[in-house]
Amino acid sequence: MAEEIDTQQEYVHKKVENIVFGVASPQLIKKMASAKIVTPELYDKEGYPVDGGLMDIRLGVIDPGLRCKTCGSKLKECIGHFGYIELARPVTHIIFVNIILSLLRSTCKECGKILIPKDKIGRCHAKLDKAEAEGELEGRRAAIKNIISGLKTVNKCPYCKARQQKIALEKPTTFVENDKKMSPIEVRTRLEKISDEDIEIFGLKPGYVRPEWMILTVLSIPPVTMRPSITLETGERSEDDLTHKLGDIVRINQRLFENINAGAPEIIIEDLWDLLQYHITTFFDNNVAQLPPARHRSGQPLKTITARIKSKEGRIRHNLAGKRTNFSSRTVISPDPMIELNEVGVPKVVAMKLTMPIRVTEWNLEYLKKFMERGSSKYPGANYLIRPDGKKKKMTDETQEALIEEVAPGYIVERHLMDGDIALFNRQPSLHRMSMMSHKIRVLAGRTFRLNPAVCNPYNADFDGDEMNLHIPQTEEAITEAEVLMQVQTQLISPRYGLSVIGCVQDAISGNYLLTRGAELRRDEAVDLLCRVGVKDFSKLPSKEMINGREIFSCILPDDFNFKGKSRSVDEKGGNEVIIKSGKLVKGVMDRDNLGEGSGLLLRTIHKNYGENKAIKILGKIFKLGIVYLARNGFTAALSDSDLPEPARMKIKDILNKAEDDVNNLINIYHQGKLEIFPGRTAEETLELKILELLNKSRNETGIVVAEHLNKNTGSSVMSDSGSRGGPLNLAQMAACVGQQAMRGKRIEKGYIGRTLSFFKKGDLSSNARGFIRDGYKGGLTPYEFFFGAITGRDSLMDTALRTPKSGYLYRRLANAMQDLKVEYDLTVRDASGRIVQFRYGEDGIDVSKSENGIINIDRIISNVK
Amino acid sequence: MTKEYNKYKGRLPSNVLEEVREKTKGMPEGRVNNILKEVCSEYNKARVEPGESVGLVGAESIGEPGTQMTLNTFHFAGVAEMNVTVGLPRIIEILDGRKKIKTPMMEIFLNKPWSNGKDIRHLALSIKETTMKEIMTDLAVNIVESKIELRLDNAAMKDVGVTPGNVTEALGKQLRGVSIKKKDDLIVIKMKSKEGSVGDVSKVKEKIKDVFVRGVKGITQVLPVKRNDEFIIIAAGSNLRDVLPLKEVDETRTITNDVFETAEVLGVEAARQIIINEVNKVIDTQGLNVDLRHIMLVADTMSFSGDVKGITRYGIVSEKASVLARASFETPIKHIVNAALVGEVDNLNSVVENVMLNQPVPVGTGLPGLVTKVK
Repeated sequence: MAEEIDTQQEYVHKKVENIVFGVASPQLIKKMASAKIVTPELYDKEGYPVDGGLMDIRLGVIDPGLRCKTCGSKLKECIGHFGYIELARPVTHIIFVNIILSLLRSTCKECGKILIPKDKIGRCHAKLDKAEAEGELEGRRAAIKNIISGLKTVNKCPYCKARQQKIALEKPTTFVENDKKMSPIEVRTRLEKISDEDIEIFGLKPGYVRPEWMILTVLSIPPVTMRPSITLETGERSEDDLTHKLGDIVRINQRLFENINAGAPEIIIEDLWDLLQYHITTFFDNNVAQLPPARHRSGQPLKTITARIKSKEGRIRHNLAGKRTNFSSRTVISPDPMIELNEVGVPKVVAMKLTMPIRVTEWNLEYLKKFMERGSSKYPGANYLIRPDGKKKKMTDETQEALIEEVAPGYIVERHLMDGDIALFNRQPSLHRMSMMSHKIRVLAGRTFRLNPAVCNPYNADFDGDEMNLHIPQTEEAITEAEVLMQVQTQLISPRYGLSVIGCVQDAISGNYLLTRGAELRRDEAVDLLCRVGVKDFSKLPSKEMINGREIFSCILPDDFNFKGKSRSVDEKGGNEVIIKSGKLVKGVMDRDNLGEGSGLLLRTIHKNYGENKAIKILGKIFKLGIVYLARNGFTAALSDSDLPEPARMKIKDILNKAEDDVNNLINIYHQGKLEIFPGRTAEETLELKILELLNKSRNETGIVVAEHLNKNTGSSVMSDSGSRGGPLNLAQMAACVGQQAMRGKRIEKGYIGRTLSFFKKGDLSSNARGFIRDGYKGGLTPYEFFFGAITGRDSLMDTALRTPKSGYLYRRLANAMQDLKVEYDLTVRDASGRIVQFRYGEDGIDVSKSENGIINIDRIISNVK
Repeated sequence: MTKEYNKYKGRLPSNVLEEVREKTKGMPEGRVNNILKEVCSEYNKARVEPGESVGLVGAESIGEPGTQMTLNTFHFAGVAEMNVTVGLPRIIEILDGRKKIKTPMMEIFLNKPWSNGKDIRHLALSIKETTMKEIMTDLAVNIVESKIELRLDNAAMKDVGVTPGNVTEALGKQLRGVSIKKKDDLIVIKMKSKEGSVGDVSKVKEKIKDVFVRGVKGITQVLPVKRNDEFIIIAAGSNLRDVLPLKEVDETRTITNDVFETAEVLGVEAARQIIINEVNKVIDTQGLNVDLRHIMLVADTMSFSGDVKGITRYGIVSEKASVLARASFETPIKHIVNAALVGEVDNLNSVVENVMLNQPVPVGTGLPGLVTKVK
């Protein structure tokens, strides 16, 4: 019976309901404490913690083998206990200095009442509450001060008529009344006189705070577990910063005690008192403006309590809001288009280190025993056995046999990862939820994580040395959640814009483009190609000797699929329509507008019609088809891709010559002062704008010439036309003219006085003196053109470097402000305290990730419904 | 026909229903019915589920493309238009809830007949703020007689449509203790008090430069443009309160890009719409695709309390009920100390606090609880 109750109790889950904040009173500090610290010594000669020292084992244990004297538990079990020291003289708490100051200023020095007459207090409440809403407690105190200084009786207590003296704060911690220093003892007696009702006017809550608690008479000593010492290789002990600081405090405190008891002269006591004040101040905050920070012997400042909590590396953001995890792995990624989109290739070495916990039942006992027999060094084996009482046993050559003997239902075997296990895969920066998706594991040879290049997009990954993280969820709950909510196919549609985030990229687009643009293959080649892609049903292939690309592509589409859309490029007949009828690509070419990420409705429609699982399969096949076709066909970009025929080159030269002349003309007109000025602009600005417009226009003209004359069948053109990489602009820049280099929307003007480079004449406003690059990359740039290019290049690098932290901060603020908005069961959007932000999410209650580009596609429904 | 549509009122959002009505015009009743049924089922499938963490998704959707935006502060939209803050700085400016924005702008729509282009240039200039320094050429101080002579620039005056009469009137109204006389194209300003010191005269001289002659205060630049068959005035600088009452101005469409001014003059709802429009404008010009719902949610979090609050530690975040949530954002020490002073209780209702305590968070799958009967 007794045993039954025990096992029951083991499974009681406790939940923290709420946390109350308050200021610790001296009584509380003493009550909390399990030891009174009296000596600054840490260890005795044997290296054992001294009783009453700062490392007293009543404050918790940090050495293996010792037991805590307070709770009796061992290292890692004992969470530590507070201690306290009795201060020889009271000391001001640095954090509360400003509050103490306003309390002193706003209350009577004799009777401790607030300096506002009774009849006026009632009227002030509303005013004060408003001040608090705007400026928090500081605002409220400032408002009280204003009210008092607005009274006739500024210098007189309205209750006891005592004259009030001016109180100033001599930073950091000394209060001065009429040029006379007030000791913390005096301050404390003043604060004691303030009644609980008056405290409330200041916004302080009686029961949680008393003003006099802000002057310390006892100091709480944090547990040793909070400031563990580390043992160096030499066997020396290195103490934590806090311990150092506390040591100083205790030492000075002891000396102060001794001096007081010995009746030392007032000056010595005062000095020691100030020193104690300094140490306690820096114990709380080592960054007080007026004090020199306390330092190590090496000169580096101590990290005391405030620094421990604050900022990104502080306790809150580093350890509480963000946590470390086990069962994870990180390595370089590389592509593998032959694995499925929702798979991740895991190296065998990793698979043998990370484990999956499997609970032993009667039915899988034998199965799991086989894993255990293989042990930890043979794949697939097992690394650990967990007993029902929670004890974890490592599988080693010695323990193996005993453990196999021991295992029984109720045990948990931690076996190696195997194909099909669920893992979370993540790449930083994790900017959106698709940055962490769950994949099925595929154990592969090698030492890198493998992922299908189609999922690079949501992760924003490439393979130039990127690393990614892998996490293995360990509980059934977590595994299910990862499988149901986080798998790649569930994340196909971006919640940002309601279109597919996963699509074909680069070669996959080029390949499909070339295939559907009019490729013809022999039947055996076509079958071979489809086979490679994973299509096994060739009944859709027409029975001809030569099969065209569209027919091959159609084999991947479902038989009942209908679609109408547009492509960015034109097919051989010059149309840009894409028509799919009953699963056959009848017309049009496949390019980025239909296959790419975030664009077009082809992928979105497949997803809508056939569901996520089928969509991801089809997408994977399309992707493979493109890559495989391209690999068999060969694809390259060559220097000759940007070759232009002679007439085109002449044309471009004419255009640029004319532009230069026009610019010179404009400059002449400007110098004659005959330039027609735009309203609201100066003549110089007008000239600049006109020149910029002119040069941009002629660059675009060269672009058109290039587009007309370039060979459409070269690799570069194919990439540009299909949208897989680069655009017409890049082609024009290579073949004809790079164009105007602009900085901040203007032509380049910085450099020397009146000119951009010493190469030019002063005041030269002509096109090439102000950053117009008239040569193309292939033809080669002149030295000054190259330099202008470098200027804008550097500028854009700086832009990126400056933007990243800015947008990161904006993102952090947004996320912090909005993280607890959620849709309630009544479909309103509310924040954490239940305040309604929106009555219907987005006014119509549509989830973007379930919509089609943010809307319900009525056109599609109408065409589907008969 | 209307009967069919009415049946779905309340079951479909009105804009969706309206679109269906528009697109199914003239179709047979049976088909319309089927379409409506299908639309309704698709709508129900596309609805948000309770517990969905829409706030975080919204923040992600705006924060993620932030890295792709340009930092260029200014650009010239078109040939002769004015400088506008664009890109990331503009988004930051709006979401910060800044009281003073970098480039305030107004789009002033006009009533007929002005919207057809009648007197458009003249009208635009009459809205622009004109001060003395723009319409005078010479300002001479005569210390001995303690008087100031200023010469008017007739060409400039004609440009903005100001008569010398206007000028003397404006000077008389805005300068104290002086007498104003007009002599040809000279205006003589004499100090009334005899023993006026030299300092006084030069003080008046400085004041004269800034005397406001005509137009609307704060409008520094005007530009009439034609947009969709009508003329509108784009103005740099913003003063909604003074522009709206003008009889030429269509007060139902005239807007400013200043969120705070809109909130003051037209109320929070209008300010919310301005936030949405302005953020959307920036995102659109950058060629990014972000659903309007996310922007709406941000605008709503900024404005649902009744006035516009920025997404900063002084704005929205300071309103949070949870001490730990506030502390995890910025200035943790301040929040913890203040919480201790008032004996604040953190009820652990939102996300971060529960993360801190290793407890399930109350959004998404953490929201429902399972109750099992134990025998």
